[in-house]
Amino acid sequence: MADGTMPLLEVEGLRKSFFGVTVLHDVGFSVKPGEALGLVGENGSGKSTSMNILGGVHQPDAGEMRLDGKPYAPADPKAAIAAGVAFIHQELNLFQNLSIAENLFVDAFPRRGGLLPLIDRKAISARTEAVLKEVDLHMKPSTEVARLSQGERQLVEIAKALSRNARLIIFDEPTTSLTRPEVERLFAIIERLKQRGIAIIYISHALEDVMATCETITVLRDGHLAGAGAAKDLSLQQIIAMMVGRSIDTIYPQRSGTTGTEVAFSVSGLTQPGVAENIGFDIKAGEIVGLAGLMGSGRSELARMIFGLDSFRSGRIEIGGKPLSEPTPVKAMEAGIAFLTEDRRGEGLLMDFTIAENTVLASLRDVAGAFGILDGGKIAKVSLEMASAMRLSTDKVGEVKVKHLSGGNQQKVVIGKWLRRQPKLFILDEPTRGIDVGAKQEVYRIINGLVERGSAVLLISSEIEELIGLSDRILTISRGEITGSFDRRPFDREAIMTAAAGLTARLEAAL
Amino acid sequence: MTAVPPAQLARTAGPSAGMTRFIRPILSEYFVLVLCVLYVAAIYPFVPEIVTWGVWSNILSDMMPLLVVAIGQTFVLIVAGIDLSVTAIISMAAVVGASVMTGNGGYLGGSALAVPVAVLAMLIVGLGIGAINGLSVVKLNMPPFIVTLATRMFVAGAAIWYVTFHSTSSSIAGLPDAFTGFATGSLAGLPYTVIVAGLIAVAAHMLLSRTRYGRWIYAVGANPKAARVSGIPVERTILMTFLISGACASVAAMMYASRMQTGSPIAGENILLDVIGAVVIGGTSLFGGKGKIVWTVFGVLFLLILDTSMKLLGASLFAIYIIKGSVILLAAMMDTLRNRILTER
Repeated sequence: MADGTMPLLEVEGLRKSFFGVTVLHDVGFSVKPGEALGLVGENGSGKSTSMNILGGVHQPDAGEMRLDGKPYAPADPKAAIAAGVAFIHQELNLFQNLSIAENLFVDAFPRRGGLLPLIDRKAISARTEAVLKEVDLHMKPSTEVARLSQGERQLVEIAKALSRNARLIIFDEPTTSLTRPEVERLFAIIERLKQRGIAIIYISHALEDVMATCETITVLRDGHLAGAGAAKDLSLQQIIAMMVGRSIDTIYPQRSGTTGTEVAFSVSGLTQPGVAENIGFDIKAGEIVGLAGLMGSGRSELARMIFGLDSFRSGRIEIGGKPLSEPTPVKAMEAGIAFLTEDRRGEGLLMDFTIAENTVLASLRDVAGAFGILDGGKIAKVSLEMASAMRLSTDKVGEVKVKHLSGGNQQKVVIGKWLRRQPKLFILDEPTRGIDVGAKQEVYRIINGLVERGSAVLLISSEIEELIGLSDRILTISRGEITGSFDRRPFDREAIMTAAAGLTARLEAAL
Repeated sequence: MTAVPPAQLARTAGPSAGMTRFIRPILSEYFVLVLCVLYVAAIYPFVPEIVTWGVWSNILSDMMPLLVVAIGQTFVLIVAGIDLSVTAIISMAAVVGASVMTGNGGYLGGSALAVPVAVLAMLIVGLGIGAINGLSVVKLNMPPFIVTLATRMFVAGAAIWYVTFHSTSSSIAGLPDAFTGFATGSLAGLPYTVIVAGLIAVAAHMLLSRTRYGRWIYAVGANPKAARVSGIPVERTILMTFLISGACASVAAMMYASRMQTGSPIAGENILLDVIGAVVIGGTSLFGGKGKIVWTVFGVLFLLILDTSMKLLGASLFAIYIIKGSVILLAAMMDTLRNRILTER
């Protein structure tokens, strides 16, 4: 090592196969104490498998791992924890009905002296308080986890790792469900962990975050090591090129055709106390309007109200020149609105059902004849068309259940299901959440195709780059109010983010 | 591990080859039917009567009302509901129908319209109670278990009370021949009850597997949120399942009343657990989203074969309960096992 520090963790020649399919080929990386390693790659590139081996969930077929120079081969997750390796999963593993303190000590409650198996509440409380201070979470140890925000829960997970003397903490997609201030706070905590000499492995699709947090970056592709280097020597374009194995000139495809002049959709005076305040805007045919806002700003709620999933007190919605009064999902769909929700698994798909069954779910009438009897042949034909138009990874639409598809392919099924209806307005809430770069591009291509055919699109995203890359116009929303409207390129990134954070008003007030 | 030819390995990516051979019959649609056949073969040496026509015609006639109620229950279970009120509906429909058509002072006693009006009244009772159940569930957001438990108690009590206005005994006798003929008559060798139950089963099967409404039911049971976002009228779908269940219970009431030639307020009292047990044995999930009419047919058949064979063996009533209980528990375990295997694939 050039600077003389020994790596905390060294991994060499890691190999693993499942049922004869090799998913890791000679993967190696290392991380020093007090540094962060960013691990990036598309879905299925081998990130999770590598981390599961580190965390003791799987055993490698070949390869060597050393922790502090000593051989490290955890037989199970418990052994990994004992060795000082903590894994903070994307879906947090906390008991919501228990307190923070109970969550921290759930596998080893300190006992009070005596014969009875009583828990020493004072001891846990004191120890919890100490470790919460280290992660800057000022809460009572007795607070129930169910009452914490997503970001606060993550801090509890970190506290849990610290309470077990973790020397290496692995973060898997830590920022997907956090608001921007929570992300900033997480990064500050990660810096502090590094200063204490803890090593970090940071896995994320948000490449900007990886570049900002990590000293070194390792890129995996199809189970191979695709590249590695210091974060300061790599550009975003280089990393993406390594991830997808080809160079990408533009992530956001150019769109042909121009925006129409005819207003396809408009909303005015939309008000629901505490959620939306006098919201009004319109979208032209063939136009993409981006909606930028923080989580809880009312961006998803606005979409849900338009589609009739949530109710509102007053307001007027017009689509194709016709009013849509008291919308319900059925009415909204009949008026020509389609809605891709942010919760793909919970609201977008029937996970246990096949691709074909999901494809026709929103347009059953089209594939049904007299007495509502379904036409099996038509369903198969329609689903196959969808699969090829969406470039799905499989054409076994009648057999494969959507839960067996990758995130990107699942999202294509949701989009395909709505495209069947040729919507006048397509509301897309986080259309590329948790899907890899290649699939993202496919989704962008599909959105562009839709707009070229004259649909209006309302695009909601927490990735500002995505909004800037795709939108013709960007609206910002904060605390249920539209705080700004920004016209087509060059978009003023700073101004948009400021308005989305609701800062303009406060800044003006301060001046 | 012994060497396995690569071709075989490729075919069985997942559980090992030996496991698959063992597992396939459990996953099969016809598992419960296979079980019925195996069971009859196993019990045959002890009760050879089990394969005689006399025993089977009994099994069939016992099976029809149970099957019809179970078909209705299947719909409710697929949308992750439950209908505990079916037996009370049977009682109520039986006494209301009897009060209309009985020769001993019925509302239309002796009239040519007596039977059709009584049949209509029985259907209305089932649909009405089903509507109360369904509306309470979708409009008031109450759990189906509590709603139907309450209507069950209320209606069962009301049925007994209703009899006191129409009869001095505990049930209403004197039903006309035109009605009791339903239980005894047959067409081309097939008893009317078998024909009616068969038609209902076929219609229910078509409805679930071939129509738009069937897809709605499965979608609502699997994920009501996703169903709503996809434009499926979730409330209407749930309401319909309770109406179907109520109507099916009314048809069962006709079968019981015509067989007993009486409108009894305790007509179907003891069959509730048999109904739910039979549907679960068939493989329909109590968690919703999964279930088939064929499965229910096999489930009811299996339960009745079991019941009949135990009686033929001379087992006491409590022994029969113990055995039926064990079998239902086993079926529920099998369902969990089956789910686990399917998710691992």
